[in-house]
Amino acid sequence: MLTILLDGHGELAEWRDAARALLLAGIPPERVEWRRRDMAAGDLFGGQTDSSPLPPPNPQAPTPTVARTFLDLADAVICHSDPARFALLYRLLWRLQAKRSLLEMKTDADVAQADRLEKSVRRDAHKMKAFVRFKELPDSAGQPRRRFLAWFEPDHFIVGRTAGFFQRRFTDMDWVIATPKGTSSWDGQQVRIDPTPAEKPDLHDAADDLWRTYFAHIFNPARLKVQAMQSEMPKKYWKNLPEAILIPDLIAGAEARVRAMAERAASDPPTFHHRLRAREKKDG
Amino acid sequence: MKKTLKERLAILSDAAKYDASCASSGTERRDSGRSGGLGSTEGSGICHAYAPDGRCISLLKILLTNFCIYDCAYCINRSSSNVERARFSVEEVVWLTLEFYRRNYIEGLFLSSGIIRSSDHTMEELVRVARTLRTEHGFRGYIHLKTIPDAAPALIEEAGLYADRLSINIELPTDAGIGHFAPQKHPARIRSAMGDLRLKIDAAAEPSFRGRRKRFVPGGQSTQMIVGVDGANDATILASSANLYGRYRLRRVYYSAFSPIPDASKALPLIKPPLVREHRLYQADWLYRFYGFDVEEITRTRPDGNLDLEIDPKLAWALANRERFPVDINKAEREMLLRVPGLGPRSVNAILSARAHKALRLEDLGRLGVSLRKVRPFIAMLGWTPLRLVDRSDLRDLFAPKPEQLNLF
Repeated sequence: MLTILLDGHGELAEWRDAARALLLAGIPPERVEWRRRDMAAGDLFGGQTDSSPLPPPNPQAPTPTVARTFLDLADAVICHSDPARFALLYRLLWRLQAKRSLLEMKTDADVAQADRLEKSVRRDAHKMKAFVRFKELPDSAGQPRRRFLAWFEPDHFIVGRTAGFFQRRFTDMDWVIATPKGTSSWDGQQVRIDPTPAEKPDLHDAADDLWRTYFAHIFNPARLKVQAMQSEMPKKYWKNLPEAILIPDLIAGAEARVRAMAERAASDPPTFHHRLRAREKKDG
Repeated sequence: MKKTLKERLAILSDAAKYDASCASSGTERRDSGRSGGLGSTEGSGICHAYAPDGRCISLLKILLTNFCIYDCAYCINRSSSNVERARFSVEEVVWLTLEFYRRNYIEGLFLSSGIIRSSDHTMEELVRVARTLRTEHGFRGYIHLKTIPDAAPALIEEAGLYADRLSINIELPTDAGIGHFAPQKHPARIRSAMGDLRLKIDAAAEPSFRGRRKRFVPGGQSTQMIVGVDGANDATILASSANLYGRYRLRRVYYSAFSPIPDASKALPLIKPPLVREHRLYQADWLYRFYGFDVEEITRTRPDGNLDLEIDPKLAWALANRERFPVDINKAEREMLLRVPGLGPRSVNAILSARAHKALRLEDLGRLGVSLRKVRPFIAMLGWTPLRLVDRSDLRDLFAPKPEQLNLF
């Protein structure tokens, strides 16, 4: 059995290098154990702290090739926090050498599992793009570029995967997105990714109050659908959303607000209405 | 005393919330990565928050002002309402949009307005907001502008240069309904404004002799219909939508269940908003646009021309057309697979891709994430043949919601 240790911060390159060497040496998936380095280090019961030396390439082995679609899939799956992702990808890579069309077999157990992981990473990245909230740093005023900081808690290792999106969108400001799974940042010159877990900063931004005003008033109390809201914005995100603090009261007060609208007798129109309608009549 | 920005934001979002559209998808891809400035649109829209009404909040959706010279009975901003009035300056809307955008609260702006003074004056103000955002601030996020039907063509043309989407609300599905509840609006003028816009969009899409296309409303036009105000049935509503999609090539028709508003009109008693009906209309709209169904096929299943509220329109169609089932998963064409209750475009694509390599069994479908409970009665495949559907009288009961049980104290 060979043990391969990886950092597992959502970088495809380290897995790809190891997988290529294993494939060239003709090592089948059942002879490889993939582990995360930080997990292995904490293992008191004789866990290895270094990867096994890789066997030399088999000179008779054909150069391995793989389709672009697999690399795209792997690029997403590698971000998943499931510890079995490395082994799953190597099993797929191995089987792809014999069956080129494997990925089209959407009903194959390995393919279906990889699709599931990919979907979960895609959703996590989409929610990160949606729910990151930048707060302006207090010393931002007077700087040539305004400076913002966000705190987010993703399920998977997607900080690197989403950094390009934020750079293309928030080009003219400096920003940092800190998460327990690393930090991305942009200073107008370069995007930086740091895999070190960050700590939640304590920050306040006066604009959050205006945003809460908007959130409260765009809500229609006559259409309460709490389930629909929560399936798209699960509670796990609420603690980092400035507007979420209003949700319980908006829900609790909705029924009374609707009742009040219904009970209120129709009022007499304001005077400008009478003026408008009189003029309309005159103009025909 | 002049109201604060926050007070006016409250009033002018209250005034805007009955417009259902908040989409930020379907426009061109662009970003500020190389060009500088602020903002991007990357194809799929993003919902940055959800309100407890279950609706997506993607855009800052506000009115420039809720003063209005029209008196549409269903509208919170009609002239006869005593609702509080306010207005933003162009600069304030620009500031709010940019500051909200920088904090990643929103994808962009959806700006509408009550009609003040004249159509042209109102439209000019809307265009000025969009122009300022695009040209002075290099804003590359999403902009949706409401267009005022009678505004001068030159103003609409300029709006189209800056906006991703333009919309004019048709409001009610029938001309008679509009005449009765929105006496200052003219259905014929609304339609001709839609027609003019379609021609302009088509013309811009024609490549010039240098092969360039003009950028003009890349997200197309949309509209909204209020459901439950006039007596129109679902067949009338969906026929009206099909006409709008076909003739004016609208990207979206939104359905908005008429909902209680503060200071309601005497002419229009408040009702519980018909939310289930609205949901069924969206499902039917989807079947028309993405599943190859005709509107008549969907609405023919019931004599009153309304959709079944208890089961979704695709299932209702299948139950009314049982002789078309079971569908052989391994042989049927895409068009027929799409008509199987429980299969969507994604699972149909996966089936087509997988069955090219092997004959599929029922458990294969399970692995694709298809609900077997839902599809089983309608399909045949290796290892599975359903009872002949025509022989089952209880099929509707399998899907319709169970009658509610009484609670004993």
